[in-house]
Amino acid sequence: MTLEISLSRDPAHLRHGSNIGQPRTRTDGVLKVTGKARYAADNHPPGMLYAVIATSCVARGRVKSLDVAAAKRHPGVVDVMTPAHKPELAEDPDAKGNPFAFKMELLQSDEVRYANQAIAVVIAETLEAATEGAALLSPRYQVEIARVGLDAGEPYAPPVVGIGNPAEVRHGDIDAGLAAASKLTDATYETPAQYHNAMEPHAIVAVWDGDRLFIDTPSQGMAMAQMRIAGLFGIPPGNIHINSPFLGGGFGSKGLVSGPQVLGVMAARLVGRPVKLVLRRSQMYGPVGHRPQTRQRIRIGTDEAGMLTAIDHEARVTTSSFDDFYEPAADASHTLYASPAIRTAHEAVRVDTGTPLFMRAPGEATGSIALESAIDEAAFACGIDPLEFRLKNYAEVEPTTGKPFSSKALRQCYARAAERFGWARRPLAPKQMRDENGFLVGWGMGTATFPALMFQGNARAVIRVDGSGAMETGAHDMGQGAWTALAQISADALGLDLDQVAFRSGTSDLPDAGIAGGSAHTATVGAAIHNAGAAVIAKLAEFATSNERSPLYGAGNAGVIARAGRLHRRDDDARSESYADILARAGVAEIDATGTGAADPAAQSQYAMHSHGAVFAEVKVDPELGQIRVTRMVGAFAAGRIINPLLVQSQLYGGMIWGISFALHEEAVMDHRSGRILNANLAEYHVPVNADVPPMDVITVDEHDPHVNPLGIKGVGEIGITGSAGAVANAVWHATGVRVRRFPIRIEEVVMGLSV
Amino acid sequence: MAKLHVTTTVNGEPMEFLCEPYETMLDALRGQLGLTGSKEGCSSGDCGACSITLDDRLVCSCLMLAAEAEGHQIGTIEGLATGEKLHPLQQKFLEHAALQCGICTSGMLVASDALLKKNPDPTEEEVRFWLAGNLCRCTGYDKIVRAVMETAAEMREGSRETAR
Repeated sequence: MTLEISLSRDPAHLRHGSNIGQPRTRTDGVLKVTGKARYAADNHPPGMLYAVIATSCVARGRVKSLDVAAAKRHPGVVDVMTPAHKPELAEDPDAKGNPFAFKMELLQSDEVRYANQAIAVVIAETLEAATEGAALLSPRYQVEIARVGLDAGEPYAPPVVGIGNPAEVRHGDIDAGLAAASKLTDATYETPAQYHNAMEPHAIVAVWDGDRLFIDTPSQGMAMAQMRIAGLFGIPPGNIHINSPFLGGGFGSKGLVSGPQVLGVMAARLVGRPVKLVLRRSQMYGPVGHRPQTRQRIRIGTDEAGMLTAIDHEARVTTSSFDDFYEPAADASHTLYASPAIRTAHEAVRVDTGTPLFMRAPGEATGSIALESAIDEAAFACGIDPLEFRLKNYAEVEPTTGKPFSSKALRQCYARAAERFGWARRPLAPKQMRDENGFLVGWGMGTATFPALMFQGNARAVIRVDGSGAMETGAHDMGQGAWTALAQISADALGLDLDQVAFRSGTSDLPDAGIAGGSAHTATVGAAIHNAGAAVIAKLAEFATSNERSPLYGAGNAGVIARAGRLHRRDDDARSESYADILARAGVAEIDATGTGAADPAAQSQYAMHSHGAVFAEVKVDPELGQIRVTRMVGAFAAGRIINPLLVQSQLYGGMIWGISFALHEEAVMDHRSGRILNANLAEYHVPVNADVPPMDVITVDEHDPHVNPLGIKGVGEIGITGSAGAVANAVWHATGVRVRRFPIRIEEVVMGLSV
Repeated sequence: MAKLHVTTTVNGEPMEFLCEPYETMLDALRGQLGLTGSKEGCSSGDCGACSITLDDRLVCSCLMLAAEAEGHQIGTIEGLATGEKLHPLQQKFLEHAALQCGICTSGMLVASDALLKKNPDPTEEEVRFWLAGNLCRCTGYDKIVRAVMETAAEMREGSRETAR
């Protein structure tokens, strides 16, 4: 396969490569299957001490006393960091410098804001000694009554939701739209608090050398982490070296450096020795973000023909008592269905938890399961097949803005996934199908969507006199496959084969690649790489076309094509010269150039940019026990250019299984009396396991999008959850006739519903 | 308290080490033995990222004391390949890209190897349930199951060839 990439900056030169689009396995695969990939917690510098956080077991109040002496007496304990004994910080950890700065608990006071908050850090020669030291602190508290749940306090209108989105959006006349409806679906859905629970707990190994800091820690945004740490410790960002080659999963919880990671740096500062701090699993339920609870009321008006007259989506979300992050749950209703009137609105309630943050598809996931359930309910109320209903109300332009979509192959997604699934045979009414064992069988669907975002990132491209190349970018591989996909883009950007390009990534001394979030990393860094490659090829071409001894002399106007390590005249392919010869003649060891990837504001103001998909699920429900099994799942997704189909498949499978998890498994349960999380472990906080998951089927629909970015990449990291959770929930209804509106769907609610 | 002297075999090699009586096998492996391929995801036996074999038994090394290795054979991810030659399971995981972040991968492979040694011809359901104790939050489950099933089939084919 040959791919032609036309340069966005210099159309005189083209590059041909065949790496993009190839289903290559992971370049980091061998390291990972042999156990040799080195994650943050695998580092053990000489002289290293262990730090263990002592956490609060109350959710609100003050720490009255800590038995520091007892902890210090324990053999092996080196020091105990407390509000009274800690390195001085240059910046208030509660300061809000920018929309991405969230407050951190860095022992700045004796105040307890949530259960599992750090109240001290014990530093010791061994992990066991530090752990025992933390237990010996025997904290005493002044306890206040914890605020728990969606009704904990007076709701208020948040200033913004997500990062800077308006809390309320109105399109058309919502009152008129609702009044005009011949049928009104009015339903309220609840989603629970969820925790990211990456398999790798947050970990840091911190080493100070004077005012220079070296840290091994998983990060989805090294440059932003550098800035935050630099501010806190009053040192230049350039003094901080972050090593983050592999993240053991992030899902948003490693996007911004967290309090516990900074505590590790403080501990190393305090004792003047290298320190390792690794969170225990239970300690991840608090200071490193979560998906907050939501209660969403959706009203959908339809006319006699089943056309939408109104979508009114209201969401109440929880946030912490001391900071502001508002899950933009209702925003899911902005883009999917054509309705003359759409209103989305948010309100918030403060509770005693850590501050919620971005968790895989923040807003889209919570909003999607509610919206897709409500659309299913509205379709049934109209007596229309759910797919037909969605097609009737298909949005040809983005409903709330009227903008055309930069590309939208959703119809093909619906058609291909429905055909593969066999949707046409679905009876309209619920509880019509049984399998050979008497289990109730149900089929449900959902539409998937996620915005195609771009952040800003940079890359540096190099071509050497031996004809090889290098690409450098401080990108982040949290499992999605940056090491592989970005290397593929690098090879094509330089017109070389993959094995001729040294791809360097994962450390903060490389060009700032922005943040790996919002499903935008491949698009953003890919564009940076693409542009860096264009710039270095342009330099190379200049050497050749301006030198009389080159076969490319004078080709400047016609341009050249970079292919397989050679530049060819665009108007005469037979005239070419290798990169090595061009640089050797010029007497240059290597040339380099940088490139930036960022959103194009002109294109963004003109087009609505989203990935889309359609997900179909089959569940089987035991009519007596209510046990629910997902037995089949088919998803079709259109997400622009696919860089590596093999890895994209993994991302989409993973997203769809997160959808199963959202509908049937995950929930953090809060104790209403204490404000503590009752299931802060991987036994009782349910995530799907191999035995919960059916064979998955993913189709990627070709989509050429010339507007989103030079490579036409839209991103696949988060879209898989959206649509999928609703599809499973709708399948449970279709199997049983029981509509459960509080997620995850519990066996007891299904059984009770069936017995009515 | 005095340290305990442990004589054991790790990945086929005789090994001796000193450990505290309370030290877990996982800490001994990751610490003084320098074998960091086994990961700690929960330290309570829920996630399987620290899976190793004790003789022929699959165990969570976070739930085992290092001293219990005395006189036994310990198998970790570092022993799965033969020199540079990858085990067929490792090869198949690569082929399918049945791994993402990689933290669960060591445990998945050790558990899968233990399964195939016990049962060279598992059904898909047997694979899914055997590996139910190994959590993957990237949720790469389907590819993992396919990789194990295909490896099993190829290894059976291979042993038939050898038998001929």
